[in-house]
Amino acid sequence: MNLFDILGPVMVGPSSSHTAGAVRIGRMARSLLGQEPVKADILLHGSFASTGEGHGTHQAIIAGLLGLAPDDSRVPDSFALAKERGLRFTFSPCTLRDVHPNSALITLEGAQGGRLEVGASSPGGGRIRVFRLDGLDTSFTGALPTLVVHNSDQPGCVSKVTRALADWGLNVATLQLNRGGRGGSAVMVIECDQPISQDTAQQIRALPGIMRVTCYTPDEEGA
Amino acid sequence: MIDFTSIQQMLEQARADGLPLWDAIRQADCHLQNITPEQSWEKMHAMLDAMIQADESYRESDRSHSGLVGGDGGRMARYGQGGNTLCGPFLTDVMAGALRMGECNACMKRIVAAPTAGACGVLPALLLPYAKHFGATKDQLVQALYVASGFGMVIAARASISGAEGGCQAEIGSAAAMGAAAVVHLQGGGPEQMAGACAMAVKNLLGLVCDPVGGLVEVPCVKRNVIGAMDALSAAQMAMAGITSRVPPDQVLDAMAEVGHSLPHTLRETGKGGLAATPFGLEYAPKDL
Repeated sequence: MNLFDILGPVMVGPSSSHTAGAVRIGRMARSLLGQEPVKADILLHGSFASTGEGHGTHQAIIAGLLGLAPDDSRVPDSFALAKERGLRFTFSPCTLRDVHPNSALITLEGAQGGRLEVGASSPGGGRIRVFRLDGLDTSFTGALPTLVVHNSDQPGCVSKVTRALADWGLNVATLQLNRGGRGGSAVMVIECDQPISQDTAQQIRALPGIMRVTCYTPDEEGA
Repeated sequence: MIDFTSIQQMLEQARADGLPLWDAIRQADCHLQNITPEQSWEKMHAMLDAMIQADESYRESDRSHSGLVGGDGGRMARYGQGGNTLCGPFLTDVMAGALRMGECNACMKRIVAAPTAGACGVLPALLLPYAKHFGATKDQLVQALYVASGFGMVIAARASISGAEGGCQAEIGSAAAMGAAAVVHLQGGGPEQMAGACAMAVKNLLGLVCDPVGGLVEVPCVKRNVIGAMDALSAAQMAMAGITSRVPPDQVLDAMAEVGHSLPHTLRETGKGGLAATPFGLEYAPKDL
């Protein structure tokens, strides 16, 4: 925590959790998709579902999906901007199990045909936490540079990836691995102390058994 | 280095370093963020500018989503123009400023959370009218923001700045405490007086519950920014008069933490108790999904 967590952020109101955090959830989902989203189906859980409308949560999530920051004064008008940019979206209430009351589950389709499902929560102060990726449990906040690797569940994938990170001089802060089932697909989430370059991501993408690689870099407003 | 774990440590460290309190707080921020004093100053300046822009973005015709909030900042300013107000021109400007910013937030304008979005009206409502009525340079206002955030850091560490955790005392109460210290700085008071003002402002809003109608940052949040600013001014004036907090400031913050934890969950931002649970409030209650 620093002084500008106390005085700040500069944000579009009315709520750091339901508005600023919701923008960040959208931004995180967009960043993880890695391409321009063209379709978004958004499920809202708990307090996001019941009080989201009054807090502008819907507009905030769409704004984030379009790449706007929490302090962008276009946040309230994001629906019109989505129409301009060709992003179609739906919102529905839902009940998720064992998640924070301020949570959303977003299914995205990208302009290049990519698909991604992201579940994230906004527990307060504008901070967020991703709890699900493509049906698999995970937990990361985007406070650190984060590498998300979809890999097949086979021996050696983790060591190849961490070897590559070591070769690029990146220190692993945290590492999580979850799989759907034995021999199926798995998701590795690696938080690093240094920014992860596109070259690093490209090299990891080329490794055997790796299906998809996304990196998330925290920005001034991000996470 | 100031570690923001206690007000006493903050004051002692500033004294040991021979720095004015605001500058000692800035030094600690540079250390935390690994930035230069100039970079930190620039960021704080940007916060002040964002506050000024937010205040200027106010439109009396704006309404919040529920329609419950909007127009009161304009109403108060017009009442002030009549010249025959109860509280005088300075306090009327303070109250109008707090209402304007609270309404801006509720109407999805760009604001500065200070320390939270719901309490964003208190600090600008103190600093901007202060500059107008008593004369203060932008640099002095930025120094005051350092003082405010330093005390805010200690409040966050020892108690809370989250309504869901500690009730409204943690949001409006914290903003008032930060603002009280900032105003003492502008008035030329010393660090002990700033600490005393912070403590008195907290004490006088201790136990304030978070009971938003419909679970929204509208009612009573906007008007509580007014009482936060007025609480800050009365605490600052007491401190400038030489009145001290009998309970030491750090112990006041510990009491704030304890009171916050004792509040039932219905009175901690759930929209299920207090004003939210009145027959009027229930008309705006979210339908459970």
